[in-house]
Amino acid sequence: MKAQTTSTAQPRTLVLTGYGINCDNETRYAFERAGARADIVHINDIIETPSMLDGYQIFSFPGGFSYGDDTGSGKALANRIKNNLLDEFLAFVGRDTLVLGICNGFQVMANLGLVPALGGFRGDAEVSLEHNESSRYECRWVDLAVERACPSVFIRGIERLHIPIAHGEGNFYAPEEILAAIETRYLACMRYVLPDGSPANGVFPHNPNGALHDIAAVCDPSGRLMGMMPHPERNILPTHRDDWTLRREHARRDGVTLPEEGEGMAIFRNAVGYFR
Amino acid sequence: MPAHAIPQARYRIEVFYRVHDARARVLAAKLRRLGFRVDAVVITDNYLVNAAITDEQARAAADMLAQRVTQGHAVNQPYLPERFDQAVEIGFLPGVTDNVATTAREAIEDLAKLPLDPETSVFTTTTYFFAGALDRDAAERIGAELANPLIQRVKILSADEYRAAGGMGMAIPVVTLHERPEADVVSLAVSDDELLRLGREGIADPDGTRRGPLALDMLSLGVIKNYFQNIEKRDPTDVELESIAQTWSEHCKHTIFAAKIDEIDEGIFKACIRAATERVRREKGKDDFCLSVFSDNAGGIIFDDEWIVADKVETHNSPSALDPFGGSITGIVGVNRDALGFGMGARPIANRYGFCFADPFREAPLYRTTDRESRLLSPRRIMEGVIHGVNVGGNCSGIPTPQGFVYFDDRYSGKPLVFVGTVGLIPREVNGAPSVEKRAMPGDRIVMVGGRVGRDGIHGATFSSEALSSGSPATAVQIGDPITQKKLSDAIVAEARGMGLYRSITDNGAGGLSCSVAEMARECGGFEVDLELVPLKYHGLAPWQIWVSESQERMTLAIPPDKLDAFLDLMRRRGVEATAIGAFTARERGIVRYRGKTIFDLDMSFLHDGLPRKTLTTTYTPKKNPYPDFPDPAEPSAVFADMVARLNTASFAFISHQYDHEVQANSCIKPLQGRGRVNANATVIRPRYDSPRGVVLSQGLYPSYGDIDPYRMAACAIDTAVRNAVAVGGSLDVLALLDNFCWCDSTNPERLGELKLAARACYDYAVAYGTPFVSGKDSMFNDFRGYDEHFNEVMISAPPTLLVSSIGVVEDVGFCQTIDFKFPGDLIYLIGETLDETGGSEYLAYMGERTSGARYIGDTAPSVDAAKNATAYRALSAAMRRGLVASSISVERGGLGVALAKSAMAGMLGCGIDLSAVPTKGVSRNDTILYSESQGRVLVSVDPNNADAFETAMRGVALGRIGAVTNDDSVCVKGTNGGNIITASVDALLGRYRGVFKDF
Repeated sequence: MKAQTTSTAQPRTLVLTGYGINCDNETRYAFERAGARADIVHINDIIETPSMLDGYQIFSFPGGFSYGDDTGSGKALANRIKNNLLDEFLAFVGRDTLVLGICNGFQVMANLGLVPALGGFRGDAEVSLEHNESSRYECRWVDLAVERACPSVFIRGIERLHIPIAHGEGNFYAPEEILAAIETRYLACMRYVLPDGSPANGVFPHNPNGALHDIAAVCDPSGRLMGMMPHPERNILPTHRDDWTLRREHARRDGVTLPEEGEGMAIFRNAVGYFR
Repeated sequence: MPAHAIPQARYRIEVFYRVHDARARVLAAKLRRLGFRVDAVVITDNYLVNAAITDEQARAAADMLAQRVTQGHAVNQPYLPERFDQAVEIGFLPGVTDNVATTAREAIEDLAKLPLDPETSVFTTTTYFFAGALDRDAAERIGAELANPLIQRVKILSADEYRAAGGMGMAIPVVTLHERPEADVVSLAVSDDELLRLGREGIADPDGTRRGPLALDMLSLGVIKNYFQNIEKRDPTDVELESIAQTWSEHCKHTIFAAKIDEIDEGIFKACIRAATERVRREKGKDDFCLSVFSDNAGGIIFDDEWIVADKVETHNSPSALDPFGGSITGIVGVNRDALGFGMGARPIANRYGFCFADPFREAPLYRTTDRESRLLSPRRIMEGVIHGVNVGGNCSGIPTPQGFVYFDDRYSGKPLVFVGTVGLIPREVNGAPSVEKRAMPGDRIVMVGGRVGRDGIHGATFSSEALSSGSPATAVQIGDPITQKKLSDAIVAEARGMGLYRSITDNGAGGLSCSVAEMARECGGFEVDLELVPLKYHGLAPWQIWVSESQERMTLAIPPDKLDAFLDLMRRRGVEATAIGAFTARERGIVRYRGKTIFDLDMSFLHDGLPRKTLTTTYTPKKNPYPDFPDPAEPSAVFADMVARLNTASFAFISHQYDHEVQANSCIKPLQGRGRVNANATVIRPRYDSPRGVVLSQGLYPSYGDIDPYRMAACAIDTAVRNAVAVGGSLDVLALLDNFCWCDSTNPERLGELKLAARACYDYAVAYGTPFVSGKDSMFNDFRGYDEHFNEVMISAPPTLLVSSIGVVEDVGFCQTIDFKFPGDLIYLIGETLDETGGSEYLAYMGERTSGARYIGDTAPSVDAAKNATAYRALSAAMRRGLVASSISVERGGLGVALAKSAMAGMLGCGIDLSAVPTKGVSRNDTILYSESQGRVLVSVDPNNADAFETAMRGVALGRIGAVTNDDSVCVKGTNGGNIITASVDALLGRYRGVFKDF
């Protein structure tokens, strides 16, 4: 059952910024386009006034380079939250709220223990996003298949996604028993696949980073907290896809028009739809 | 200094992997490729903490610094891998920016709720443990491969030594300086010889050593001497002299472009560059789209009714030669500040790059001196470092880097050329006033924002690789800190600008505060600064060093007194350091005090306008290169494949993939196109999600044509920059240019003669195309004097290189196009005529190398008929806007052959081509038709249903229907006599095309 306070047509969304986060503008745009009321808020302002979290239903960790990835991606920002806002985050996720972390946001969520949070959120990392197997930053478009049985509210109704990744540390790692639990509880929301939908099986560049089990996104058992390496907010306009000129050419000859928005929008529409 | 005096840390935290470490595996593979017998590598990241924290806090810090799932840590006990033979630790030299240490320090402060000293408390190192058949010599060579001695120190221990010593030790690179923190008076009542020496070698310190060149010639020194003796009636201080030298430097004042040169009284800049812009603007009348040209940190053009785009391209050649990574990262992050410093502060929305390197596979060493230790970094190291610097700088800043190129010529082995550019976006009005107008007012406080000041970049040309024990900071080179700048950028552009908290803003670049404060003071009169207020990275800087330091990530702002508290408070809450260091005044004097004493007191008009103009004379001797005599090759298919695998034509997707070009979600026409992921020569971004408008970016650069004719070199660079933009969907109506002249040996009249010719072409073609120059930057001395592998003296000059960048506004990105063939059956057209213009071409270079081991140059560089081309470009734009074109590629380096291969590889479709259908003039040989680099040509494919409409749209333009896209895997080309001459598998071509840089 949803709490009364969250049943609003325009869920209030906090898009975090500060210390090198850099996908805040496009993430806000995607949420607003989906119908949310989104604010970009600096981490220091939350630390100064933690009670502001009470007014939000969605918390978003956008992509970026928080603290320049120094000491390991996502670690320093996770530590900043752990050292200053742990109780407030426990309270936030204790309500019927959503948390979405994209790229660096996923790295922060993983270090903070927000995903997979197998035994509930306690502030301890259970998984890691390690250096890409290429040991290099990779910016590429990837194909993703969505786990049907996954409880994530963000992926409802989605089967496949074609969106870009851009990261140096997206190589998903979990110890054997954690990985087994993620699989048996269907918490691996998305996996890298070949363009035809068959498993990438770790093969570069389809699996762009060497992630175990081709895992690109993970959620908590409630499905309300999700972290993903690929960037859905970078495929929201019809001119975003890497092959949009080819698709336009097909559309011209078939006498049809291109879809009005990119498929990444589905993630944000699901988030907003959760509160409708 | 005795060894025991080296400062030691209290805690050494070593973080190691408990699981597979991809970095270590990739490094091992690379070292094996380089010939080292490395079996395995283990890496530890080490934090040396020198602070009064408890053992328990140190352990808690270690817990925080290690990823608990994959990493472990050891505190004050050396990590011992199971098996290793050599251990190599790499740390920074004193005073070198250590970003990871800063983050670790802030995290420890946050954890312990205890402020730590930013100068002395946390340092980082990395240790590499190597297993394999490696002796000390091999370990030293690996150390040299991993570290740059100008900024880093290397410590090598064998496994036995490491165990015996109990690890790598606790030494930390704390800066200890013993400068006298006061200003010296410099006597100018000296002989001319002594005066000249002052200019050439710099001010003498009391111990007789010189501080490094002021780069002032006798003419300037005479004017300075006269000013002080007759106007000020005193001798100058060192602060004043250093400041004048900075302000009057070639770098800041562009003395060569400003000089009277032959019959051109106004100088090249005013007569050739600015005059072209003025004429174009006049001729465009109400369609003039320029808003701010040549006066600000970048050039600004109208994007739409509400927004302006600004563009600036910089060079960072010398710093990149010394420290490729540091040079290029500070280059890109530095040019980002040109956007931030444009008008009231523009948000950076795209980066550009352009790298000119020597062949990275070339091994022959070069030396600075006759000492073997003075070996230059190899072309491969320079290339890797430069590429990586823009990677870190661009990616960490969250600015997409879609547009760029690489170009190779062995004459860049002494100095690479590193072009970096940034496009910014700013509303036309900020707080109800035009955003391009900014004005510091008397009484406004001078506020320095961002990083602290160290000795970075002082007299960049002089450097010393001092050992750790000397405690002396590395001065010549610097490492950028993109996150400090990102915080600054967000705080200014996203917050302070809209709140109206400042009246003017500019970048701290060359010359540091001395230039930024003096430049801004022109808006109101003068300034007063109290130098002791400037926050420093470490103690012991002399006042002149604080004033001219080029420490990075700093902006200077003019803040009205009643807004100061609000501004400083905002910066504090955003974790950005901001300090009021003085005030602007109405009086036309610049005054600097240090601890109450006036150490600088100059007339502002002398500082800005006192520089005497040079008079230059030039010569020019037309170059005679024989027309190389060789037959049309007997194996054209092999040549065709070789031509896509040249350094200058091959895929550099490895760069495009490591530069985030999707961040900000503004990517539209991308750097890699089609299913084959082929590098394109122009890109388009869409900076406003709610508008279909786009910004097209491209460039042209043909140093090899300059070996024949500098005028044509410049003409072709402009035509290419224009044509590339048009071919993806740009319009001749709203297209602007930027110039970057990277010349060499510019005291040589012959080189100046080449410069003058190139500049004349800039005027002629900018006017002919109606494409105004809006910004530019030159670098006139790209020469290396040193020694070759046999220690013979050499001077290696970069070929005179003109980069012309283009930026244009696209009305609707929906009509933009990519290079890939899209449908089998589509017709292939070549727009424009092909002439026998192989001079300076990639093909002649290739044939020469194949035949004689050295490139052929040839005698005819391509000419440019702007009127004819403009007609073709306008017709093509119109056809594209009607959706008649299904793919489009501008024919560039490598000619028609390479363009065909690229469209086929990008679409992963074959094609059948008939060379007899190519519109030519005076050409009969097949190889000339395929590889001549005649300008003005675009290769397109068209839906057969649109063929009539397309041909009608292109009426009056040279157009050949040269073939069709096919559904098989091969490019088939018929020669002029009708016989098939080339069959090349697209798949095999892709293999060759991608194979060149496969190990990069």
